[in-house]
Amino acid sequence: MEDNKAIVCKDLTKQFGDFYAVNKISFEVLKGEIFGFLGANGAGKTTAMRILCGLSFPSSGTATVAGFDVYKQQEKIKKSIGYMSQKFSLYENLTVLENIEFYGGVYGVSRKEIKTRSEELVQTLGLESEAKKLVGALPLGWKQKLAFSVAIFHKPQIVFLDEPTGGVDPVTRRQFWDMIYEAAATGITIFVTTHYMDEAEYCNRISVMVDGKVEALDSPANLKKEFNADSMDEVFYQLARGAKRSGD
Amino acid sequence: MNAVTLQNISKSYQDVKAVRDVSFEVKKGELFGLIGADGAGKTSIFRILTTVLLADKGTATVAGFDVVKDYKAIRDRIGYMPGKFSLYQDLTIRENLEFFAAIFGTTIDENYELIKDIYDQIKPFSDRRAGKLSGGMKQKLALCCALIHKPEVLLLDEPTTGVDVVSRKEFWAMLKSLQEKGITILVSTPYMDEANLCERIALIQNGRIMSVDTPENIIKSFPVKLYAAKSDAIYKLLKDFRAAPVVDSCYAFGEFLHVTMKGNRETGSSELRDLAIERGHTHVVVQEITPGIEDSFIRLMNEKTEVSAHQ
Amino acid sequence: MKQLLVFIRKEFFHVFRDRRTLLIMFGLPVVQIVLFGFALTNEVKNIEIIISDNARDINAQQITDKIKASAYFKVQESVLDYNDIEKAFKKGNIKCALIFPAHFGDDLCHEGKAQVQIITDGSDPNIAKTVVNYLTAIIGDYRQQISPSPTLAYRIIPETRMLYNEEGNGSLNFIPGVMALVLMIVCTTLTSVAVVKEKELGTMEILLVSPFKAVFVLIAKAVPYLLLSMINVVLILLLAVYLLDVEIKGSVLLLFFESVLFIITCLSLGLLISNVTDSQQTAMLISMMGMMLPTLIFTGFLFPLENMPKVFQIISNVIPARWYFIITKAVMLKGLGFTYVWKETLVLTGMTVALLGIALKNFKIRLQ
Repeated sequence: MEDNKAIVCKDLTKQFGDFYAVNKISFEVLKGEIFGFLGANGAGKTTAMRILCGLSFPSSGTATVAGFDVYKQQEKIKKSIGYMSQKFSLYENLTVLENIEFYGGVYGVSRKEIKTRSEELVQTLGLESEAKKLVGALPLGWKQKLAFSVAIFHKPQIVFLDEPTGGVDPVTRRQFWDMIYEAAATGITIFVTTHYMDEAEYCNRISVMVDGKVEALDSPANLKKEFNADSMDEVFYQLARGAKRSGD
Repeated sequence: MNAVTLQNISKSYQDVKAVRDVSFEVKKGELFGLIGADGAGKTSIFRILTTVLLADKGTATVAGFDVVKDYKAIRDRIGYMPGKFSLYQDLTIRENLEFFAAIFGTTIDENYELIKDIYDQIKPFSDRRAGKLSGGMKQKLALCCALIHKPEVLLLDEPTTGVDVVSRKEFWAMLKSLQEKGITILVSTPYMDEANLCERIALIQNGRIMSVDTPENIIKSFPVKLYAAKSDAIYKLLKDFRAAPVVDSCYAFGEFLHVTMKGNRETGSSELRDLAIERGHTHVVVQEITPGIEDSFIRLMNEKTEVSAHQ
Repeated sequence: MKQLLVFIRKEFFHVFRDRRTLLIMFGLPVVQIVLFGFALTNEVKNIEIIISDNARDINAQQITDKIKASAYFKVQESVLDYNDIEKAFKKGNIKCALIFPAHFGDDLCHEGKAQVQIITDGSDPNIAKTVVNYLTAIIGDYRQQISPSPTLAYRIIPETRMLYNEEGNGSLNFIPGVMALVLMIVCTTLTSVAVVKEKELGTMEILLVSPFKAVFVLIAKAVPYLLLSMINVVLILLLAVYLLDVEIKGSVLLLFFESVLFIITCLSLGLLISNVTDSQQTAMLISMMGMMLPTLIFTGFLFPLENMPKVFQIISNVIPARWYFIITKAVMLKGLGFTYVWKETLVLTGMTVALLGIALKNFKIRLQ
């Protein structure tokens, strides 16, 4: 295992009956990299992500996440990653601080550390006056920002973000990306999926999945060159247009 | 005649003001977009127009009928796709369609011409249950169901949310061809890039309309020059520009940063380039560009106070 | 009208395509009947019995020996007077007493017939019934043994008494009880969930916006469950008659119509619940917990109502299942006709009209 790699996948496959949800995908994600994981609906993104998060076993192939094997060391993987999705939200009937305490506790952050760092966090997010309010009362954008902060609270090596900015207004979306950049600067590896193609450009490298396979993998600039396109939107369209299957 | 009018519509839920003093019109035969993020008030507006929600203040009409007094007449004349709408998962495509046709007192054959182009795409799967369809196919079926009674006005609440780029493009092409058949369409979306596909748009944020116009006019009214910039260290560049006193705003936009400057400067682009090089950036590119809807949206959001005073 | 029919057909699709619904619909009654049926008629062993032999003759002794020989009884022999026997019952020492009168053998040999008295603890009617059955079987067996010829048979007449519960109330009560319970669960829960599901799916919004009459939505939702519940009633009755050998003494038709009335009551209740809830879980919880428990407790099918505190007895009056239970018991087990149950029927009808009225009136043509 080379130590500058956060994720290494080789011929990773997940089969349901005779359906290949993920079909021999291979890629590497470097430490501290922002890696965009794109694909049309039903291309197999979610399945692949589940395997990498230690939630399901692959059918064949190998993969390591943070140096741990996805077959044998799922528990260790779970400890070294953070996860946030559009659907995953915080407990709406707990306050901001209670949510931070809870997730910090789940990941075994010490009480003392939770206390000092949650105060810091609330301050950086500008949520001082809302710290004791229920999360349910916060606007969506703030919830998402808080959810991200909570996902990296235990200082994971890698954080998986599943469409973190869906439906969020353009300004908040950018503030969210500022946070992603900051996290990446501290050495956290970011693995992110999105439907916004302009966001794909914010990534260091991106992969595009079509019908269970990784069809393209490079930096946004190189991909645009390769496909002779002005925008990632066009690149994606060219790749995904030929997709045979689609689904959620 | 206007197909849809709203006059000073307001709606609150407990202490949340979902819609604040909203007024706009959709002309007959128009493809009108309501652009805004989740929680901006789009769904409440749709529910008020489809007569299932009563506004606290203001009046609205759809197809010439009042949403409160003549709600029954409206219900006969509109097609509606609610935001979180999913079809009956355990019924097949055909059964779903037949059901909605019957509910609206018609049959599939009667208005087949209208849905033909869309229905043909999913027809090979007509015996498949809706739960087993892909996002794009579900969306097409939902559109067929909303069109089956040949409505005068089509109200689509976030039909493309969560759908991939390819399906979204197809969907907008379908809307264009429906518009050509004379149907008025009011559609909402959180995706700014879809705004350009509408004839006119309303930008909405926090329950307030920030601007109503054609996409071109909204872009034209962008008051200052906009620059796109990039360097090898894009995030550092963002921070450096934001820290610079001459820079008014700086946001990431795809591979570039979009920058506006304080005051109207003729030499903005060279000033920015010098600034970047001074901070040690390499491969610096700065150019003046035409703003997009998203630029306008961000600018309007930041000028919110001014906008509400103007309304 | 055609719209309504299409809607109803759609509802049938939902029911038939959802295994869970089908399982609750038809699995539940079968399981309930079988469970209650067999749990309640299970074999009883090692029954503590007192045999009080006042005759002290050969015949009484032979019967006693036979009882001792069977695996079912643990015999204490003693000559006790009636008061002592009752004391033993109260202490719970014995479940049963068999009393041979003086001159038992004489009566049997000379007059060809004799009496014995069987006293059982009626507070547990199922055990009591079983015990009586065992004892009469043993006595009958003995009678055949000693009878000189089939034409000239001796007769031993057991005179049975159940202490504390002279009617033997309970042994068959569970069939009407299960009917009430099953209909309550199936109709109330499934209808409320079916309506709320549309709200969750977002299809309710479309239906509201369509020219389809809102009230029809409720009717269309209720009709399939009405029909299926009617089938259910037939199923339960068939199971009761053929599997558990329960005899329907009264008019089957009357029983059926009363059941339909009760089904409509439950449906109205289900619709009412669906009006005030927005999630399937809440609907499920309210109808399961809020309806099942009161049905179990207040109908009197598990616990005799007469033994309950006054407050509970008063509360039980507002539970529809209670009235249905009385009606079914009367018709099914006692064979009584409509003239005996019209009052209960009237109460149930009144409840139905009220519930349905509120449900229809409360149905919102708009959101919030």
